[in-house]
Amino acid sequence: MSDRVSVAMTDRRVIKGDTIFKGIILALASSIILILLIMIFEMVKESLPAIQKFGGRFLIGREWDAVQGEFGALDFLYGSVLSSLLAILLATPLSVGAALFITDIAPRKVGNFIAPVVELLAAIPSVIYGLWGVLVMAPWLQQSIQPWLVEHLGFLPFFQGAPYGVSMMAAVFILMIMIIPIITSITKEVLLAVPVSQKEAAYALGATRWEMVRLSLIPYARSGVLGAVILGLGRAIGETMAVTMVIGNTPQISLSLLAPGYTMPSVIANEFAETTSKLHASALMEVGLILLVVTLIINVMARLLIWSVTRGDTGARA
Amino acid sequence: MNSFDLRRRLTNTLMTTLMVGAALAVITPLGIIFVHILKMGAGSLSWDFFTQIPKPTGESGGGMANGLAGSALMIGLASGFGLPVGILGAVYLNEFGSTRFATAIRFSADVLAGIPSIITGMVAYTLLVVPMKGFSALAGAVALALIMIPIVLRTTEEQLKMVPGTLREASLALGVPLWRTSLKVTLVSARSGIITGVLLSIARIAGETAPLLFTALGNQFWSKKMTEPMAAIPLQIFNFAISPYDDWHKLAWAGALVLVVIMFTLNLTARYFGSSRHQG
Repeated sequence: MSDRVSVAMTDRRVIKGDTIFKGIILALASSIILILLIMIFEMVKESLPAIQKFGGRFLIGREWDAVQGEFGALDFLYGSVLSSLLAILLATPLSVGAALFITDIAPRKVGNFIAPVVELLAAIPSVIYGLWGVLVMAPWLQQSIQPWLVEHLGFLPFFQGAPYGVSMMAAVFILMIMIIPIITSITKEVLLAVPVSQKEAAYALGATRWEMVRLSLIPYARSGVLGAVILGLGRAIGETMAVTMVIGNTPQISLSLLAPGYTMPSVIANEFAETTSKLHASALMEVGLILLVVTLIINVMARLLIWSVTRGDTGARA
Repeated sequence: MNSFDLRRRLTNTLMTTLMVGAALAVITPLGIIFVHILKMGAGSLSWDFFTQIPKPTGESGGGMANGLAGSALMIGLASGFGLPVGILGAVYLNEFGSTRFATAIRFSADVLAGIPSIITGMVAYTLLVVPMKGFSALAGAVALALIMIPIVLRTTEEQLKMVPGTLREASLALGVPLWRTSLKVTLVSARSGIITGVLLSIARIAGETAPLLFTALGNQFWSKKMTEPMAAIPLQIFNFAISPYDDWHKLAWAGALVLVVIMFTLNLTARYFGSSRHQG
């Protein structure tokens, strides 16, 4: 009799413990969706004053005057888009080539050495890339590369003006260096997810290595590699510290890569802690909101593409 | 050999050379940066770096002791907020992971991980700095926790998935309640993998600068409370790097070296715990 009672009590305790436990882990897991929603909500709410005051003018306006209370973000949009796209254009072929080298060309020992080194380099904080960029790379560009470009290619609109060092070109280079490890390591994972039978089939038909890459690897991994590139683009467009340190922070639209520029994250980093008015803060929030929307779209696209190849295995780590 | 085969071979050689060249082009600048940090950092690093706070402009010497302490405090607090959410959230995904709701959580985590960290800083600013009427280390820690959560969640879930289902079922069959099974069997079996995820996420937030710009703000002196502005190593590197003073540049290089050493130590330790040798 007493046994049965205690069993029943244990059962109830077990059920109660499990209910509480389930409740706790459910709440914690749900909080992740909540965090995302709160972030989006806060950014929209804080941007509203600027959105209501400027409307579409905000996207095409070039005036950024905290004293007059007139804000247009076109110069920052231009700087962000140009620097990220050029960086991606330069980084993609190098990254894909390096990933192919690691997975299919290098002797296994070399590949096993390079892959983790590249991943370690992806972990170096952006402020350190910025430190190197502003103290080493920018002066070097100013003294060697940029004068050469002005002298020999100065007839092109892209290489005109005085060489300052800190410039759009410096931002493009530093972004390229920073996103290469990210694209390389994700591309590597995507390439490794291609079934070996695909590769063997190509070799069995007498394909050379390049033909194997072209016929087996690339078609199979295409969407995943595209995902890796888009993810790199998202990283580049949201990159703050390194770009802020080397781009020169001058709001202007210049075709010349030697001229300084300004990006969306940079203007937030430079001005948000010291806003002069509510409207100024709200305008910066709207710049942040644009950045958020762009990166959300980019990330959703990239995740879907990468998931389609690796079936959800490449998580937030990347 | 006919000309068709010759062309195939030449193409193959050309493309192989290009791939090797790409690999070299990737490794070289990264190698140059790394060597530069080592060289400049080692030349600027001294015992003072770890024991003194920054000197005013014009005076040489000084260190980043307040930044080291600030970084450690904020990372500790951020881990206190972020790790339980990330790890137990992953337990939920592992136990009830096949629902649509779970997929939505995974997707949110991946999207969160891609949001630029400066935006996380802006949100922490509106949620904490504005109501509390001042920049604070607390707000900085919350911003860092928000960055940490999706990383820990996804890496932990990957590790929990690798625990054999039979192990959990054996425990449940013995009448061990689900909560004890989750905490004492599943989590414990996956512990080395989870440590890997935790260390990687700490390495990530240790170098974050942008989310601290409008939360912790930075401090030239020692902070006494978590509700005051606080120094952090990445913030100090940023401020000193863009200053015009050579002495401060030196400190920035020393700080960069220390940060890179911390980062690599965390990453290599994580790798050790994550290696197959250590598992099981």
